Amino acid sequence: MKEYWQEIRALTMRWVRRLSREKFSMLFTLVQPMLFWLIFFGNLFQRAADLQVTQSSSYISFLTAGVVVMTVLNNGLAGGVDLLFDKENGFLERLMSTPIHRTSVILSRFIFVTTITSLQVLVILAVAWLFGVQPVTGLAGVATILLIGMMFGVGLTAISMAMAFSVKSHGDFFSVLGFLSLPMIFLSSALVPLAAMPGWMGFLAQFNPMTWAIDAVRPLILQGWAEALPHVGMVIGVMVLFDALCLYGGAKAFRRAIG
Amino acid sequence: MSRPVAIDVSHLGKTYDKVRAVEDLSFQVYTGEIFGLLGPNGAGKSTTLRILITLLNPTSGSAKIFGLDSVKDADRVRQTIGYVPQERAIDRFLTGREHLELLADLYHLSQEDAAGRIPQLLKLVELEQQADRPAKTYSGGMKRKLDIACGLLPDPKILFLDEPTLGLDVQSRLRIWDHVRAMRERGITVVMTTNYLDEADQLCDRIAIIDGGRIKALGAPNELKVGLGGDLVSLTVREHDRVEKLAAAIRDLPAIRAVTVTANGLDIRVDSPEKALPAILEAANRLTCQLEFIDYHRPRLDDVFIAHTGRSIKDDHPKAEDA
Repeated sequence: MKEYWQEIRALTMRWVRRLSREKFSMLFTLVQPMLFWLIFFGNLFQRAADLQVTQSSSYISFLTAGVVVMTVLNNGLAGGVDLLFDKENGFLERLMSTPIHRTSVILSRFIFVTTITSLQVLVILAVAWLFGVQPVTGLAGVATILLIGMMFGVGLTAISMAMAFSVKSHGDFFSVLGFLSLPMIFLSSALVPLAAMPGWMGFLAQFNPMTWAIDAVRPLILQGWAEALPHVGMVIGVMVLFDALCLYGGAKAFRRAIG
Repeated sequence: MSRPVAIDVSHLGKTYDKVRAVEDLSFQVYTGEIFGLLGPNGAGKSTTLRILITLLNPTSGSAKIFGLDSVKDADRVRQTIGYVPQERAIDRFLTGREHLELLADLYHLSQEDAAGRIPQLLKLVELEQQADRPAKTYSGGMKRKLDIACGLLPDPKILFLDEPTLGLDVQSRLRIWDHVRAMRERGITVVMTTNYLDEADQLCDRIAIIDGGRIKALGAPNELKVGLGGDLVSLTVREHDRVEKLAAAIRDLPAIRAVTVTANGLDIRVDSPEKALPAILEAANRLTCQLEFIDYHRPRLDDVFIAHTGRSIKDDHPKAEDA
């Protein structure tokens, strides 16, 4: 157990070091969602969005939940990228030729992605607060938001890693990633409530796990515990199922690749 | 003479998606030797190496490393071996020292052991000056040295090197050869793949020539060359009508293996040139057969390769594996 922890700590530190060496990329990763979506998109649509439809005091306050979950989505789906490069340049082989537990590399990645995403979510909530968005459920609500984000992130990271282990080239990986990410956002309640969507889009969005996550995070920010709790209970159930499926698929892909 | 065996490979086979990468390989590596797997790209040498270092499971047969099975005892095998993958298996963003620190944790070394060993290794491969610079600033030769330091970190009994000098300039190449020989001096068994004939010839104690997933020849480079049937002496004869007579005379001489008549004269395979050459000259003299030209060469490893595989190592035939 002590050895297991030693491995995981060292591997996680490697991801942290890599991120800290890529200062430009780090800045971009952290700033991009709030800059592009929250600040630009949120303010841009302030007057174009019908507040009767969004049921909120401002479009930014409506959008915050969406941006939080979008960040989880993007970080999760990109979570396997570093492993993909490790696989391609042989570093993964080097790691796997050492007497480590086979799951350590993957676990370190989960820990890293989850931590970074959580920090980012906190930064987004802080920026939203500067624009006057205060989560009505307070710190306990923020903690719940983080929990939902983590649960969603684990499944997404598992999908991403499964893809990293299965694809033949990184070109394939990025094509699939690009293809998945935007439709997932548009076909969810991130930008527009389901009720205001064209029928077919609203129908499809119901099956998007992202919608479930957003529908739980949004009342935590805008309305209060009474409205949020049923959604929170529901999303936890959905996420347990989602994570179980993704982890199962991920484990299969991993075993096929590593043996 | 029986020597202690480090690796025992028995009837090893590996099939990927119905393609046979390796078929019925059997060989032994003795402790303390430098053993080379020589073959062109796609021959199956990387597959063999990956099975030995537990990264691939064989579809048939077995590989034992110091008696430990590469599949069943994979974890204990991993503790006894070091691995030096091909060049780019380096994290550009980490410094040389950080690579070694990471691996120290993955081999579960204590803080004290790591703190003692890492500076020694950096000194050994002459990377002390650059130890705290990110690896992306390293030259090809420096990366290779870091690779080797990483391979040596667990203080392995066997070190596996995958194409250790691929793409290196001549000087770096010679430095790496020195390092590999130094490892043998320290009692480490070295197993390496290569597709360079001169590397196999000069560095390896014994080699296995692999082609099409099978072992075509196995032995010390010199044994393999001698096994070809001796050195080659070619005579160019001025009066061609006397060639037959000369050939008949030479066939009966000692230390001669085979005599072939060619367009200009004779090709003679000899066991020992020291004995054969004077006798050949004397016979020519006796028959007053004037020689225009004598060429003599020892068989080279490429002659061995061609004799066993029917082609030169440079004729590439891509076959999925060995990217």
